[in-house]
Amino acid sequence: MDLRTTYMGLELSSPIVVSASTLSQETHHIVEMEEQGAGAVVLFSLFEEQIRAEAARYASVRNATSHMFAEASDFFPNLETYETGTEEYLEKIWAAKAQVEIPIIASLNGITSEGWIEYSRQIEQAGADALEINIFFIPGDIHVSASEVEHRYLNIITEVRNTVKIPVAVKLNPYFSSMGNMAMRMQKAGADALVLFNRFYQPDFDIHELKILSNLQYSGSNEIRLPLLWIAMLYGRVPASLAATTGVESANEVIKYLLAGADVAMTASALYKNGIGYLKTMKNDLDQWMEDMEFSAVKDFKGILSQQNISDPTAFERANYIKVLHSKR
Amino acid sequence: MSTKQKMIATLDGNEAAAYIAYRVNEVCAIYPITPSSTMAELADEWAAKGIKNIWGNIPDVIEMQSEGGAAGTVHGALQTGSLTTTFTASQGLMLMLPNMYKIAGELTAAVFHVAARSLAAQGLSIFGDHQDVMAARSTGFAMLGSASIQEAHDFALISQAASLRSRIPFIHFFDGFRTSHEVNKLELIPDDQIRQMIPDELVFAHRNRSLSPDNPFIRGTAQNPDVYFQGRETVNPFYTATPGIVEEIMNAFAKMTGRKYELFEYTGAPDAERIIILMGSGSETVEETAKLLNSRGEKTGVISVRLFRPFSLAHLLKAMPETVKSIAVLDRTKEPGASGEPLYQDILTSLVEAMQEGNLKKMPKLIGGRYGLSSKEFTPAMAKSVFDELKKDHPKNHFTIGINDDVSFTSLEYDPAFTLDESEWRQGLFFGLGADGTVGANKNSIKIIGENTPLYAQGYFVYDSKKSGARTVSHLRFGPKPIRAPYLISQADFVACHQFNFLYKVEMLEFAKQGGTFLLNSAYDKNEVWDKLPAAAQKFMIDKKLKFYVIDATTVARDTGMSGRINTIMQTCFFALSGVLPREEAIAEIKKTIEKTYYKKGKAVIEQNFQAVDATLDHLYEVTVPATVTGKFVSLTDVVAAEAPDFVKNITAKMMVGHGDDLPVSMMPIDGTYPSGTTQWEKRNISDQVPVWDPETCIQCGNCAYVCPHSVIRAKFYHEDNLKKAPEEFPSAPINSRGFPETRYTLQVYVEDCTGCNLCVEVCPATNPGDRSRKAINMDEKEPILEKEKANIKHFENITWNDRSMIDFSTVHGAQFLEPLFEFSGACAGCGETPYLKLLSQLYGDRLLVANATGCSSIYGGNLPTTPWAVNKEGKGPAWSNSLFEDNAEFGLGMRISTDKHTAVARELLTELGAQAGQPLTDSILNATQVLESEVIDQRKRVAELKEKLSTIDGDRARQLLSLSDNLVNRSVWLVGGDGWAYDIGYGGLDHVLASGRNVNVLVLDTEVYSNTGGQASKSTPIAATAKFAAAGKSIGKKDLAMQAISYGNVYVARVAFGANPQQTLLAMREAEAYDGPSLILAYSHCIAHGYDLRDGLDQQQKAVHSGYWPLIRYNPTLRKKKQNPFILDSARPTIGLKDYAYNELRYKVLTRTHPEQAEKLMKLAQEMVNLRWKNYEELATLPASDFVPVA
Repeated sequence: MDLRTTYMGLELSSPIVVSASTLSQETHHIVEMEEQGAGAVVLFSLFEEQIRAEAARYASVRNATSHMFAEASDFFPNLETYETGTEEYLEKIWAAKAQVEIPIIASLNGITSEGWIEYSRQIEQAGADALEINIFFIPGDIHVSASEVEHRYLNIITEVRNTVKIPVAVKLNPYFSSMGNMAMRMQKAGADALVLFNRFYQPDFDIHELKILSNLQYSGSNEIRLPLLWIAMLYGRVPASLAATTGVESANEVIKYLLAGADVAMTASALYKNGIGYLKTMKNDLDQWMEDMEFSAVKDFKGILSQQNISDPTAFERANYIKVLHSKR
Repeated sequence: MSTKQKMIATLDGNEAAAYIAYRVNEVCAIYPITPSSTMAELADEWAAKGIKNIWGNIPDVIEMQSEGGAAGTVHGALQTGSLTTTFTASQGLMLMLPNMYKIAGELTAAVFHVAARSLAAQGLSIFGDHQDVMAARSTGFAMLGSASIQEAHDFALISQAASLRSRIPFIHFFDGFRTSHEVNKLELIPDDQIRQMIPDELVFAHRNRSLSPDNPFIRGTAQNPDVYFQGRETVNPFYTATPGIVEEIMNAFAKMTGRKYELFEYTGAPDAERIIILMGSGSETVEETAKLLNSRGEKTGVISVRLFRPFSLAHLLKAMPETVKSIAVLDRTKEPGASGEPLYQDILTSLVEAMQEGNLKKMPKLIGGRYGLSSKEFTPAMAKSVFDELKKDHPKNHFTIGINDDVSFTSLEYDPAFTLDESEWRQGLFFGLGADGTVGANKNSIKIIGENTPLYAQGYFVYDSKKSGARTVSHLRFGPKPIRAPYLISQADFVACHQFNFLYKVEMLEFAKQGGTFLLNSAYDKNEVWDKLPAAAQKFMIDKKLKFYVIDATTVARDTGMSGRINTIMQTCFFALSGVLPREEAIAEIKKTIEKTYYKKGKAVIEQNFQAVDATLDHLYEVTVPATVTGKFVSLTDVVAAEAPDFVKNITAKMMVGHGDDLPVSMMPIDGTYPSGTTQWEKRNISDQVPVWDPETCIQCGNCAYVCPHSVIRAKFYHEDNLKKAPEEFPSAPINSRGFPETRYTLQVYVEDCTGCNLCVEVCPATNPGDRSRKAINMDEKEPILEKEKANIKHFENITWNDRSMIDFSTVHGAQFLEPLFEFSGACAGCGETPYLKLLSQLYGDRLLVANATGCSSIYGGNLPTTPWAVNKEGKGPAWSNSLFEDNAEFGLGMRISTDKHTAVARELLTELGAQAGQPLTDSILNATQVLESEVIDQRKRVAELKEKLSTIDGDRARQLLSLSDNLVNRSVWLVGGDGWAYDIGYGGLDHVLASGRNVNVLVLDTEVYSNTGGQASKSTPIAATAKFAAAGKSIGKKDLAMQAISYGNVYVARVAFGANPQQTLLAMREAEAYDGPSLILAYSHCIAHGYDLRDGLDQQQKAVHSGYWPLIRYNPTLRKKKQNPFILDSARPTIGLKDYAYNELRYKVLTRTHPEQAEKLMKLAQEMVNLRWKNYEELATLPASDFVPVA
């Protein structure tokens, strides 16, 4: 079977890609991912606030403990070389690149304009094949208008695009008034790929302790419908690669996303649950399905269930919704 | 002279010396000791960075377990041909002495670099004088003394070159703190010039003399009466040759660098009649003074002694003008009982010999005096006084200068108003808080000016004696010529007060020059600030016509995102106002430095700092000084309460306000004995936020009182009648035990003593149901409640402490009602050590003897002016002493043996005198068990009765018994110290004491580093953590001292962490005391050296335990005797990974940034070690008793 796919210009041997997760913090895991058939690996995210918080913490500890009394001018070895976070991340890119053939896509989660520019530049220099920018922004301030939020996204994309030459993917959230329009503008601003979707932190409450619970839950296959919808809608309309990244628990979801028009489907939760070796199972299952369905290459079925390719495009729109409502009766 | 461009730097003396020492050696064996630690730290740091010596290799730097160990290693490395050095001071040098005789006796080339420091006598002092090096003068080491930062750099090289050539080992020394810590501008010697000074053939010769199996010989034989003496005399020609060699090397050095030195360097009038001879930094002061006096027509001069050993009479005579009629020799040391101090004696001997030989025509008048002990100021005024004394027909010999000796009348008077011409200098004084970055910013200022302009710069930094809320005073001078002024600033052009409240604590404006500038960091603006100032400050400003500026640095810092860091802002103000550089140029230089400092942190950080600089200038306002004083007069001498003892009022209080220098000799205790419990009189008010108790929410658990590191939170229960006379707002709650309806409970916060650490709030388990953001104790503003709380404290003090026999000691809840006899120490806010000591004082304070190893606990426990070990209402309390760092276990054992001896003698005498004293009383005393508190109290009563009876009995035996009868009440002997002591320097002694079987209790306050000297690694430092001397991560696991002690079988051992399990800590302390044999408690002590906000200290303790890193154990030999398993594992199986604990701390985290692969490797190993130890402990906890060492 020919599982090859092209994702923002990168030639991948398989459409199954490992999404950004802590699994990729260990280089030997990345090696294993390649061995088990991953088409590419998105590295864990470099969080700007983490770097800043650590730098601030480091500075405040140093400040608070320097020159306190005559016997000790400070308490730590002199750390001129102390780099708060980026060094380690860049080292990981370098190490991964040295050990695997598959593309390594770095993931950056910035805050400030300087952060986006500086860190994306460093990531490119460290040898990443592409960069996924993860714009994680909850407009908690109700005075911020939708257009301000949109501009923020677009500005970041423009800045990063102007900084690096490697392909840039944008991991975005679905909460735009006009998702499709926004996707198009992002592409125009410089996004080579769109990754659908980012899951925002959604807290839960402990009703006995009266506390906020901040435990993270893996995405489940029941959550694929929203990204599936939008991939199907965007395929062929926005000239950007599309990646799906929610609810990929098995080859079934990979297949669905590909049918909708995704170039790649990303998963981490399946690997958390079943181990990295599960990549092989997914790949085998995909193979098997293609054989059963008599597809010999991914390109043969990619996007065939997208909105533009099906006979009744309204199936994705209101009529489809009404049909669903009726079916529930 | 080299045509190369000069390498200019601004360094302190330690770095200046270490810079050379590192480059001309192959091995450095080191051990931290103030004030030399920096040299060792730098050597270690440079080696970690891969900086090479002049031969292109990286010196091997090894930290040893003590200076004795370092000296041994140095000796061994030298004997096998490596060029080897060490850095030390004071007690450290004392520990090296035995090896130094060997090294010198074997004619081995080496240099020891010493930041000369006082020796511990009536008290320890970390400050500078020549007592240590003088104690080493008989070792056979040559001694070369530097007087300045430049000399410390140059002489480090000259001594190395001279040692290699002469084969005589050298001590190269300079004044501790004054030179070691002064920052000054100097010219660095380039590597090629260093190389030129150290010829290869001398290095090869050194190696060729070394031990080698390829050329075997033995060295270090045992010699007998027949040859030892002659052998000792063989070295004479080498000593004779050395002064000439040093001179030649100094000449060669001068040719190369342009800096000319002499063995005895004369400065002054060529026809001087009066001269002073001295060594070290003081000589610059005398030289500058002589210059001024000579300009006024006097004929004075100075001989600065560079090479003290071997002492060259010929060179001395050559240096001394023939016109000299009288000489004063100044020694920065004290040799009690000697006919004079060492330099004086040498000069005297030399001159007498010269007279005998006919080399001196007339014997000048010669006097000797002492100055500058323990960094006592030595000023031009004092130098002038000595010159003046020499004018007299009968000048005072064996004088002192700089103090008022009204006991032996040795002191010379001096006029403090005398100063040199300071018009070329711009002098600035900065009063800051230890943690506010003032010192760091000032060091930066010196670097900016010293390294970027033609100006010269000097900085010296004075700290107070506390670790929390300490005041720092920075003394900065700038001028067009090299600044030779090794003394503090008395007339400042610029005074800056970085903390508003200091104005009420110190009269800083007395140091301001007429017409000078005063900058105040003030929350009050230019219109309202005047009326907020104390009257004294206002008066100074009016009288001295000061220009007065204010800035709200705290707000500017906050608004520019630099919260908490006012240093950049205050530094900018200094540059804008001081006139050291033109304003625009100064600001441009600051910005350049910011860019340089933060270039790695990115543009945003740089911009943020730039903004802070610009905003500073926008918010800096001049205040028009009114003509009248409107402020309140606050007398600094009224700092202590009226009811304080006379000693505190007359002596301690003066030290507290910085007037200790004025105390005359007669006011000093003669033998180092000071009254206990004086911190209670020093209300430091260092925290604006203090805990406030909410009686409604409180569950009276006692946790807050238990964890409070400064004994600021105390609890009592009492009859409600006590409330009748209570202040209106005295808080109180019904006690939450059933059956005591008339009993009330109060938790009192001593707000003026609080350091604001927050541990109490963190530990409080009770949440206010009405407002879930509040607990039963909450941090609130102090100012609004201060007066109310002072009244409450007064009332609380009047409520009697609860009857100890009525309290259940075995619970944390009960322990809160025990009076703490360790209070308000100067330890860091949130200290992880002091809660253990407080608990110890609560449990056994009234019968406690403490032997305290040198370290943090001896500093916050015993550093003047005020000390925390206190006394109860009955006049009983802990008796505390510090001997040394290395000997504490032995010192404490001595206390135990002495106590046991006196108890045994008292019992014998009592048995003998039984009938006279009354048999029933005698029997009850002799047969009393003293385990329970009530039993101890009963015994105390019986002994009091006995003493009363004995006082009426005539006879030698009764008098003997009377003098020893207090020993009939059990005494609790505790040996306290840190891990540097227990794991390293005192380990051998500790091991011996534990093996002695005697009833001592050892409390190791384990911070896992040398906390007091700045975080150097000990053998307690865990694997995967960084520390100084382990910058690349400690790669060996922490020593399991517990298991080592357990292997004896008869030692009670516990590992505790009060923040994780306070109950287990309490239990262990009680079991240790109850056990009639040696006990060892290893107490987890969170510390600022771990690198996180200590308010999270308790949480980290829990994580340490929950990760299995710090398993709580008790090993009780008593159980073994009862045929039970003595090994009890008190903590549960690990529930979190080691990373989850460790990576909250900078000491671990830092390695993941600096050496990520090493960090990963070591953390993996560390986790394996934790797992393995846990497995072993679990097995031990389940073994039958017979599997453990039997106990006799």
